[in-house]
Amino acid sequence: MAATDIAVVGYAQTPSTRRARESEVQLLVPIVTEALQRAGLDRREVGFTCAGSCDYLTGGPFAFVSNLEAAGAWPPISESHVEMDGAWAMYEAWVRLQHGDIDTALVFGSGKSSPSKPEEMWAQQLDPYYLAPLGVDPASLAGIQARALLDAGKATERDFANVVVRSRRNAKDNPNAQVAGDFSVDELLAEPYVRAPLRKHDLPPISDGAVAVVLARGDRARALCKRPAWIRGLDHRIEVHQPGMRDLTTSTSTALAARKAGYDGGPLDVIELSSTFSPQELILRDALGVDADANVNPSGGPLAANPVMATGLVRIVEVARRIVEGSASRGLAHATGGQVLQHNLVCLMEGD
Amino acid sequence: MSQPRIVESTLEFPYSRTLGPVVGAFLSGLREHRILGIRTRAGKVLVPPLEYDPNTGDALDELVEVGPQGTVTSWTWVDEPTPKHPLDRPFAFALVTPDGAATAMVHAVDAGSIDRMSTGMRVQPRWRAEPHNMIDDLACWEPAS
Repeated sequence: MAATDIAVVGYAQTPSTRRARESEVQLLVPIVTEALQRAGLDRREVGFTCAGSCDYLTGGPFAFVSNLEAAGAWPPISESHVEMDGAWAMYEAWVRLQHGDIDTALVFGSGKSSPSKPEEMWAQQLDPYYLAPLGVDPASLAGIQARALLDAGKATERDFANVVVRSRRNAKDNPNAQVAGDFSVDELLAEPYVRAPLRKHDLPPISDGAVAVVLARGDRARALCKRPAWIRGLDHRIEVHQPGMRDLTTSTSTALAARKAGYDGGPLDVIELSSTFSPQELILRDALGVDADANVNPSGGPLAANPVMATGLVRIVEVARRIVEGSASRGLAHATGGQVLQHNLVCLMEGD
Repeated sequence: MSQPRIVESTLEFPYSRTLGPVVGAFLSGLREHRILGIRTRAGKVLVPPLEYDPNTGDALDELVEVGPQGTVTSWTWVDEPTPKHPLDRPFAFALVTPDGAATAMVHAVDAGSIDRMSTGMRVQPRWRAEPHNMIDDLACWEPAS
């Protein structure tokens, strides 16, 4: 049985921008400081540090090491890194906290897509023999997934556009969002395809950004935060890699992760999904069994800001912040990795 | 204002790899214009073939020929190919299930126009003139004649 007395007690994120002038570590320094300050924690008191980022974005092996400057690695600290979204770095820190010998952890996720060509770079995460040599880009796979959804009669292109309209409208209230505004479904449907049946707005923006989280357990969490966002359950599950070997119109790994995280189908005040392409929000809603009028992606979600390697951890922060501030009591955050929802993480959080 | 400093670096890992009994057999098959799948213990033929059944973890070794024609089970249209794509003109990326297979493989379909694409359409392989032991020895699929 996993511990349920670990909580998010501090957080900070950069605004998401198309092209940040700062380096990745320069993006991280102020938000790591801000997250620790919010928790009232001195960085020398941090028991464990874990980061999520992608060396392929920077184009240099071990590029992630320089990000440690943001945590301050002297005197020596206990730290780790995942070549994954920061949500998985938080998972590692959450497991580490359960050892019981430390009671605080610092987690961050960061990504600068602007120096790279994301549509070419991300093909490198695929099977190196069957897929990567074809340059299969994320949007093409998402287009194949979207078509499968249409063919199965589970959605229409109008449904995709509706997701975008809502995301961009919600993003108007999010100062960190990159794409926001009022649009109509009909004007979006008049746009040309980029990966039919997907249009440009069905794809996430290309973003630079970073996010940091402070975790604490038990009494320490209560001392650091008036209303900690308790992590009631955290689980991640993965599906077969080859896109043609699974049903792309469902997300069995999300459903399983939610169940293992203890989500019982009860009411949620806020749900933040890493639906990087608009059809994926429909798939994830279905997998989680959330109501049609549920409060999904009030931040605007990844269609409004997609700082890769931070996007999933931002979802956790968006839920945690609402709990800490008191506007939500129970929420669910979702992160994804791999291609077309191959790997999914679910974090269930509650306030006292 | 001073000029930005430009640092150019090329990262390479110039080694060659032995592909093993399954991936190697598949790519060797493409040289001979044959598409190989692999049979699971439940009798399903996986294409492209994997060394292990992703659902059960069983080691697999029974290679079987599939195709040569196949059926498009889903697809997307790429109007502006990137330099990394297998074709330099508009094409479809598709899931193609070769005849006799239970799963689909991702590859390009050179249909010329989006109007010729549909789910369920029949396709045939087009072979690369000079094979080089890569997945694109099957250059792409094209509408079946």
